[in-house]
Amino acid sequence: MRLEPKWTDEKIENVVANLLRAGVLLSALIVLIGACIYLVRHGHSPVDYRVFRGEPADLRGVRGITHDTISLRGRGIIQLGLLVLMATPVTRVAFSVFGFAKEGDRMYVVFTVIVFSILLYGLLGS
Amino acid sequence: MTVLTFSLLVCASSLIAGLVGALTGLGGGVVLVPLLTLFFKVDIRYAIGASLVSVIATSSGAAAAYVKEGFSNIRIGMFLEIATTLGALLGANLAARASTHAIAIVFGVALLFSAYFTRRPRSQAEREVPQDRVATRLHLNGSFPDVDGVRSYNVQHVPAGWSLMFVAGALSGLLGIGSGAMKVLAMDQAMKIPFKVSTTTSNFMIGVTAAASAGVYLGRGYIDPGLAMPVMLGVLAGSLLGARILVRLQTKWLRLGFSLVIVLLAIEMLYNGLSGRI
Repeated sequence: MRLEPKWTDEKIENVVANLLRAGVLLSALIVLIGACIYLVRHGHSPVDYRVFRGEPADLRGVRGITHDTISLRGRGIIQLGLLVLMATPVTRVAFSVFGFAKEGDRMYVVFTVIVFSILLYGLLGS
Repeated sequence: MTVLTFSLLVCASSLIAGLVGALTGLGGGVVLVPLLTLFFKVDIRYAIGASLVSVIATSSGAAAAYVKEGFSNIRIGMFLEIATTLGALLGANLAARASTHAIAIVFGVALLFSAYFTRRPRSQAEREVPQDRVATRLHLNGSFPDVDGVRSYNVQHVPAGWSLMFVAGALSGLLGIGSGAMKVLAMDQAMKIPFKVSTTTSNFMIGVTAAASAGVYLGRGYIDPGLAMPVMLGVLAGSLLGARILVRLQTKWLRLGFSLVIVLLAIEMLYNGLSGRI
C-alpha cells in the first residue's frame, strides 16, 4: 500500500518559499535582458521624468507588453519582467488556495479565494 | 543626463537604499520615493510606480527566507491580506484623484511615523495573553521556534488589527511603500502577536498588498520601465546583500543614522508638498 503524501503546513510553506524565490529571480532576469537591449539602443538619449505623461497604451496591459516583447523592444521586455514580478505574489496566493484545500481548511480556502479575487480585480479590472 | 548615466546613478542609489533598508529592518521603499523626487527630480507618480514594483521584489525575496524559518504565520497573513489588499485598491484609486502636493504631504507624515517607529524600543517582555474568542475561531493562534523549544501564542483584538491593516494597505497603495512599520504595529501592538512573528508575517504580506495596487498603477501608465528597471534591480541586489551581512553587523548606529535621514527627507517632502513644488 502506498502512503499518500501528506500536505502539512511545513511542506506548503516550502513550496511557497521556492515559488517566491523563483518568481523574483525569473523577473529580475527578464528585466536584466530588457535593460541590456534598452540601454544599448537608447543609452545616449536624454532622460526626463520631471513631467508626468503616463506610459503609452502598449506598456499598460498584458497584450501590448506581449506584443512589444515579441518585437524585442527593450522597454517591453522590462515591462514583461515587471509583470512576472507582480504575478509572483498572485501565484503564491493561488497556490495557498490549493494548500488550504489539501489540509481540509475550508474557512481559509474561502479567505484565500477572496484575496485572490481582489488581486485579480486589481490586475485585470483596471 | 543620458539614459545610461541616469540608470546607473538610480541603480546605485537604490542599491544603497535596499541595503540599508534590509540592515535596519525598515525596508528601502520608504526612502526611494523621496530620493527619486527630491534628488532625481522624477514626477512623484512615476516614483511611486517604480517604488511599488521594488517593494514586491524585496518582500518576495525576503519572505522566501522567512517562511522556511517557520516564524511567519500564513493564516494570520492570509486573513489580514483581505484587509490590506482592499485598502491597497482604495489607496491606488485615491492616488489617481489626489493632487501630487497632497500625496507629498501624506508621504512626509508617513516618513516621520517610520522614523519614530525605528527609534521605539521593541517590546521584549514575554506576554501571556488569554485566548480570544474571535481569534480562536479564525484559527489565528500559532507557535514558532524559540531558543527553548516551540513557543505558542494567542492573538488578541482581531477587529482593531484588521482595521489598522486596511489603513496600512491604503497607505501602501497611495504612496507605493510597503507600510511594513504600520503592519508590524497592527500585529505587535494591537493583536499582541510576538515581534518576530509580526515582522516576518508583515514581510510576507507586503508583496501581496503591493501586487494589488501595482496592477492599477500599471493600467494607469504610472509604471515606467526605464525608471522601474534600475530601481527594482538596485533595491533587490541591495536587500539580498543586506540579508547576507546582517549577522555580522552592529545595527544600532545604522538605525539611528537612517532614522535621521528619514526625518530630513520627511521635512523636505512636507516642505515641497506644502509649497506646491511637488
